[in-house]
Order: sequence, then C-alpha cells, then structure tokens
Amino acid sequence: MAKKSLGKIKGLSVYFLPYSEIKDLDSSERIKKILNIVLGNSILVLQGRLAPEEETRLIEDTMAMIGHVKNFKGIELAVISGSESDGFFDRLKRNLLSAIAGSDLTSITIIGAASIVKEIKKNPKKIELFLKGF
Amino acid sequence: MGLRSFFKRFFSGIFKKKKELKLGFYGPPNAGKTSLANRICKDFTGEEIGTVSKIPHETRKVQFKEKVEIEYKGKKMTFKIVDTPGIATKIDYEDFLKFRLNKKEAKERAKEATQGVVEAIKWLDDMDLVVVVLDATQNPYNQVNITIIGNLVARKIPVLIVANKIDLRKANVKKIEAAFPEYKVVGISARFGKNMDEFYEEIFKLAKKV
Repeated sequence: MAKKSLGKIKGLSVYFLPYSEIKDLDSSERIKKILNIVLGNSILVLQGRLAPEEETRLIEDTMAMIGHVKNFKGIELAVISGSESDGFFDRLKRNLLSAIAGSDLTSITIIGAASIVKEIKKNPKKIELFLKGF
Repeated sequence: MGLRSFFKRFFSGIFKKKKELKLGFYGPPNAGKTSLANRICKDFTGEEIGTVSKIPHETRKVQFKEKVEIEYKGKKMTFKIVDTPGIATKIDYEDFLKFRLNKKEAKERAKEATQGVVEAIKWLDDMDLVVVVLDATQNPYNQVNITIIGNLVARKIPVLIVANKIDLRKANVKKIEAAFPEYKVVGISARFGKNMDEFYEEIFKLAKKV
C-alpha cells in the first residue's frame, strides 16, 4: 500500500456561498461577487449552479481579466449535480423544484483561481481538486 | 388565409429551404475543431479553413467558409462552416513556453486566445446548428463541455457531439456517450478521415431539426 501523506497545507481558504446570498442579485452582480471571492484567493463552494448563460458570462469576464489583473490566469470550475444519473421523472421533478426555487439546489459549484487550483477532475460521483504547490 | 399571406408563406418556404445554414464547431482547445472543419471544406471545396497545430489555441479568431455544399448519398445542403477558437476557463502564457515560443510570443498568443474565447461565445447566438468537438482521449466531464452544451440547449440550437481522435489508442467514445446520454455521439478521426460517412449522415439529420 502506498504511503499516504497529507502534505503541507498552508492557508487554504474555502468560502461557502449559500444560494440565498446571490438569489436576489442580477447576473452581473452574481458574477462580480463570485469573481471577487475567487480573486481573494479563496476556493468558492457555491450552493446550486449558475444558469448556462451566466457560466459563459463568467468565462467572458474571466478572459477579460487575464492580463489586466496581476498573476490572474483564469479559473477552474466544476459543477457536481446530485442527480446526474436520474431517470426522466426524477429530472422532471428536479426541474420543477428548480423552477420554484430559482436554481438547481441539488448541485454544488466549485470555483478557484487557476493560480491556486491546478486542475479539478470530475467524474460523475467524485470531484478531485489538485492544488498548485502540493 | 389571405392571398398575400399565402404568397408570403409560400416564398419564405422556398427561401428557407435554400438558406445557407450556419454550422458552428465548438469545443475545448486542441480537440480538433479546425481539423474537422478543414476535412469538410477540403472534401467539398478543395480548400482548407485554417491552420492546425499541437500548440493549444492555434485558432484565435473565428474563421468561416461560406457556401460549402455538402453532398451525401445524393442529398445536398449548403452550409456556412464556422470554426471557433477553443473555449477555456484559464489561459496561462507559461503553458506556451513549453512549445518553444519565446516569452513575448507566448504572452501575445495568450492575449489573443483570451479574446478568441470571448469571440467564440459571442458567435453562439448566430449558429443554426453546432458540432461540439471533444477529444476522445480526454475526460469528457470537463465543465467547459457541459457549459457549451448547456448554452446550446438554452438557445434551442441542435447539437451533435463528435468524439474525435479515435485513431489514438487512449480514445474512449463510450465514456463520452456515457457522459452525454441524451445526445448522439459520433466517433471520428478528423486527421485520417475515419467514419466521416456517419458524421455526414448525422449532420443531415441534425439540419432537419433547424
């Protein structure tokens, strides 16, 4: 068995953002809030997920910041849905619930600055964060 | 129905059928979007659309070829082929240094690549149908893939997923099919022109959905 090591973890900050904190914000404000957290070198764990159009807007704003914000090279992003392997009726039920709640709250979105998070590997049931310098 | 409205519908029907459909190629960098667009353009126009390279972000501007008439099994359809820069969430100029680019060239490439990503996203709204090109040797659960497909679904744009590079030993088309069970996935090798018949057949099926 391979020898396990926790490595040296120094000052890793994880910021949990409940959906209620962005629920009443418009798309621009949501993305601004998310990028502010990420630029503060925290790994953001967001309850729920952004709409597809917001995800592309997040990518566009990220691209606009590369080269303008010192040492900023972009973000790593992953969304895990608690119900990706559900059948049709489960998805229908979830979509109805999402429509009422305003977001798919069974999902979790993880976002980190690329200068901290080297890679996020996602499989349907597992998510792995590979950090820089470890 | 009035006579005027009848003629309007009749003629718009004719022109709709003759319309050139905008066929976009989207995906992450280095998946083979330009290789596939080149293969199609070469097959039907004799000319390529752009250059390909092992260095990521070779395509940094949207490039297109108009009036590409694809003929398959006696059927003909005219497309505007739109090849887009790879969409990424991060671009680090230092990654380009590994490919023997100097610092200045790498920084310039990174700057153009960030602009290319924004341009590719802006073009999404103009597409009639889209081929999402994925590298069959890579993990399909990359969020960029999911974001692109999610945006196409939100815009009601028909999607075909291509699992490219099936000529490579590591290629796993089944993994891509498992990741996107609601979509048709066609495994091809754009480089060697493998399985292009199935690809063209699916393109014609997709065009009917527009």
